[in-house]
Amino acid sequence: MSGERYTKDHDFLRVDGAVATIGITDFAQSQLGDIVFVELPAPGKRVARGEQLATIESVKAASEVYAPISGEVLAVNEGLVSSPDAVNKDPLGEGWLLTLRVENPAELDALLDEDAYRAFLESEG
Amino acid sequence: MLDHPEDFSFATVSGNRGLDQEEPPIFEIGRPETTGVDMEEPAPFASRLGDLERKRPIGLPGLSEPEAMRHYVRLSRMNYSIDAGLYPLGSCTMKHNPRLDEKMARLEGFADIHPLQPQSTAPGALALMEELSRWLLALTGMSAIALSPKAGAHGELCGLMAIKAALEARGEADARKTILIPQSAHGTNPASAALLGFRPRAIEAGADGVVSEEAVAAALGPDVAAIMLTNPNTCGLFERNVVAIARRVREAGGYFYCDGANFNAIAGVARPGDMGVDAMHLNLHKTFSTPHGGGGPGSGPVVLSQRLAPFAPVPFLLRDGETIRLVEDARGTQSLGRLTAFHGQFGTFVRALAYILSHGSDGLAQASRDAVLSANYLRAALRDVMTQPYGDRACMHEVLFDDAFLEGTGVTTLDFAKAMIDEGFHPMTIYFPLVVHGAMLIEPTESESKRSLDLFVTTLRALVASAKRGETGRFTRAPRYAPRRRLDETAAARKPVLRWSAG
Amino acid sequence: MRYLPLTQEDRAQMRAAIGVADVAALYADVPEALRLDAPLDLPRGKSEMLVERLLGAMAKRNLSAARAPFFIGAGAYRHHIPASVDHLVQRSEFLTSYTPYQPEISQGTLQYLFEFQTQVAMLTGMEIANASMYDGSTACAEAALMAHRITKRPKAVLSGGLHPHYAQVLRTISHFAGDAIVSLAPDVRAREDIASAIDESVSCVIVQTPDVFGNLRDLTPIAEACHRHGALLIAVFTEVVSLGLLTPPGEMGADIVVGEGQSLGNPLSFGGPYLGLLATRQLYLRQTPGRLVGETVDADGRRGYVATLSAREQHIRRDKATSNICTNSNLCALAFSIHLSLLGEAGLRRLARVNHASAVDLAERLAAVPGVETLNERFFNEFTLRVPRDAVQLVEHMAEQGVLAGVPVSRLLPGAGLDDLLIVACTEVDTVEDREAFVAALKGAL
Repeated sequence: MSGERYTKDHDFLRVDGAVATIGITDFAQSQLGDIVFVELPAPGKRVARGEQLATIESVKAASEVYAPISGEVLAVNEGLVSSPDAVNKDPLGEGWLLTLRVENPAELDALLDEDAYRAFLESEG
Repeated sequence: MLDHPEDFSFATVSGNRGLDQEEPPIFEIGRPETTGVDMEEPAPFASRLGDLERKRPIGLPGLSEPEAMRHYVRLSRMNYSIDAGLYPLGSCTMKHNPRLDEKMARLEGFADIHPLQPQSTAPGALALMEELSRWLLALTGMSAIALSPKAGAHGELCGLMAIKAALEARGEADARKTILIPQSAHGTNPASAALLGFRPRAIEAGADGVVSEEAVAAALGPDVAAIMLTNPNTCGLFERNVVAIARRVREAGGYFYCDGANFNAIAGVARPGDMGVDAMHLNLHKTFSTPHGGGGPGSGPVVLSQRLAPFAPVPFLLRDGETIRLVEDARGTQSLGRLTAFHGQFGTFVRALAYILSHGSDGLAQASRDAVLSANYLRAALRDVMTQPYGDRACMHEVLFDDAFLEGTGVTTLDFAKAMIDEGFHPMTIYFPLVVHGAMLIEPTESESKRSLDLFVTTLRALVASAKRGETGRFTRAPRYAPRRRLDETAAARKPVLRWSAG
Repeated sequence: MRYLPLTQEDRAQMRAAIGVADVAALYADVPEALRLDAPLDLPRGKSEMLVERLLGAMAKRNLSAARAPFFIGAGAYRHHIPASVDHLVQRSEFLTSYTPYQPEISQGTLQYLFEFQTQVAMLTGMEIANASMYDGSTACAEAALMAHRITKRPKAVLSGGLHPHYAQVLRTISHFAGDAIVSLAPDVRAREDIASAIDESVSCVIVQTPDVFGNLRDLTPIAEACHRHGALLIAVFTEVVSLGLLTPPGEMGADIVVGEGQSLGNPLSFGGPYLGLLATRQLYLRQTPGRLVGETVDADGRRGYVATLSAREQHIRRDKATSNICTNSNLCALAFSIHLSLLGEAGLRRLARVNHASAVDLAERLAAVPGVETLNERFFNEFTLRVPRDAVQLVEHMAEQGVLAGVPVSRLLPGAGLDDLLIVACTEVDTVEDREAFVAALKGAL
């Protein structure tokens, strides 16, 4: 399976076979404001869906990212250590957070596709 | 750099602007060999340091006395202060700080005594602590007091520890892990609870801004250790269901912790003990005016109900006929233990007692009534131009507005606050409580004259009108007349520079 | 009432503007049953003169250090405070401002905190320091919690030379937070074997130097033992003046350094307010409790300062904060920083030498007193005496002779069987005559 998926917590996943790249959406970064620090897990760590995965800090807020699916952390975006602003500038590209090995593809079905996420954003006003 | 004509930031050679003088850090003006303290070198002697003597220079700069005076006086002039103007920070109680209190704290018999000198040589200090305790217990209607907590947040730890100790004594500490906290609470409440292994659970206030008996009843259960309620709350409202809430919590086997940060509204008017409170901290640096000092020292004595009294921390005072003794040893008691070295913020006890004796029971009640009157006066004077989240109703000693009145102006709460700086006022508390959008919490205290309040009202009304006229630059570019314009907090957090270094 | 500016007429006009007949109407939300209908049965307000008289009488009942040869330390020290320090901290703009929430009009506070952080980092030999904690004992407890977060191992080992009050504070918080504590036995002669108490379950080892008995401890081997097991070394001091003369903990491998800063700029004041210092490695920045001030620029590009990394703190992170601390000890930090700026490196080193010389002189005089033994091999300005009688009674007896002699160990460690030990401190304030008076009073009391 491949393609993009979203969550109601404003995370996005780019799925390529068994690997999902995870980040936050443009809406999420705009709500957080200037991001100053990103705390990422160690590669190799296994997380269950809903567990805390990362922390994103802006000047006036701190926000946890919870695992949208279960899996093992494969790689993290080391570039964010020196340039956390990449999450603001290009959340879906250079500002990706980490990759997970998809453990249970069925979990992906529960997530939103782009149209559904857009509709969700509109319904939230 | 002159991007707008009225900006004179770089118009002088020195960077100074008249009385506004720039001052570099001490590391750029001091020298390691300079000292402002004259002292004789000791006669040669045999060191007892062994091989642990420092081998490398420290790098500390020294200043002569005139240089030090100039440095710190210049720095002081970059600060706003209650002595210089209205400081309406909601939930902070920035009231007048009498200088008598400072003078008393500096009496040799108070300032120059050691916490571990024999108690028999400090009966006056113990008497002072007892007298302060007597007043605080009478004002709150509570049974016992712990004087040692160092600040409000430390008092929260003390109160929650007493609750946990009581639960342990009942054998229920493992079962009762939940603490109910309204969303409007100070951040210290959930932080204190979490630090002690409790699980904070949010309870919602009603549309009227206060917590209902039903909401508490629905949240109670055999897992609940306590409720933490700020009363009056941070929306400036008295929790009018407090008695019923306290009863429900007690019936469900829990305790009632009251955050006493807003005691200034009710001191001498109503007593927390009558409300069913089990533990409450008092911020001596708020209600009793021991100065805030730019962020401390504070002082957070905790008053306790009869059922929590046995668990009070050491040291505590014990009267034995004519003698007052400080019990420092927790062995053989149910005391929760020790919270800090020594006996607490004694210097603030002196200041608070001087403040209390000056006011007396009549003056304290009058001060509370004036604080409430002043806040309501501001509410009445601003209600037609600013917006209140819970409707126009009587408030306690602080009045809460939201940012609805700024909608469509392009001006945010932050911009509005910064424009107040240009007008010579310290802004109100902003974006707190978190439950209200763009919150502006204004606490004038009893220390302002009517003239001062009127000037504040006139200014705020004019600012609102200006925002509505679309004069956004006045706000988004503010402050222009402060020692600094807006600071780049993002850069500070992305690449933290937390100490001076050469180059 | 002299502090209340509103007149009766003002109040009447204000009530009219609000639309209420009396102030009681504004308290309508307070249930009737809760409202006090008369002032509490307590004294009425007093004039400034009367308050001075009352409090002055209380103060006079205390035997102040100024009126007696004075040798008490054990965590709080009497030093001379330059007159300019107290004048400057009483500047309205420092004394009567709040926490620097609006940086544009708080640059004075923010800059002195930035300078303070730098001074503390330099003194301790560490990379960064925070903007103060309540006092040394609570800073020590915060350091242990910080180590637990870093190592994810909730167990601290306490040296037997740690100030007993600090150990008690740690035990209290650990008990209620559900963390483990291993307390080594009181270690009067600094001979304990800490290394054997460290294993892979230990988060941190907490060691004080100079310790509560006055002994100097070499932290290097302890740091090595900690790091072999993935534990952190927390170094503690209660006498900051000692850092003028001693190898700083940072150079001996400490990971977190905490201490009491009262000695510089702050009076004894019967135990508070004091000043907690906390310094650490840059690596642990985000686990550091308390306020941090950082340098930045303003919209015109001018250098300025802000409170930063606030996302660690309770007002943002709430139940996930690194600490619940809010108000700390800013004004005490200012007094410390001014005093240290006045001293400078040369002045601090000389002050430390004078302190050390004074203690060495007293120890030498005591060596000639039969039955009295100084237990310390290495010390700075404080040492422990073994005396041939109960130290509590001895101190009371000497106080009656007008000498404030020191702290009986049993006051700090009741029931530990150390009733014949007395902790004695000297500073630059003592004179030769004071030390002679001490020896004479001691001899008379034996």
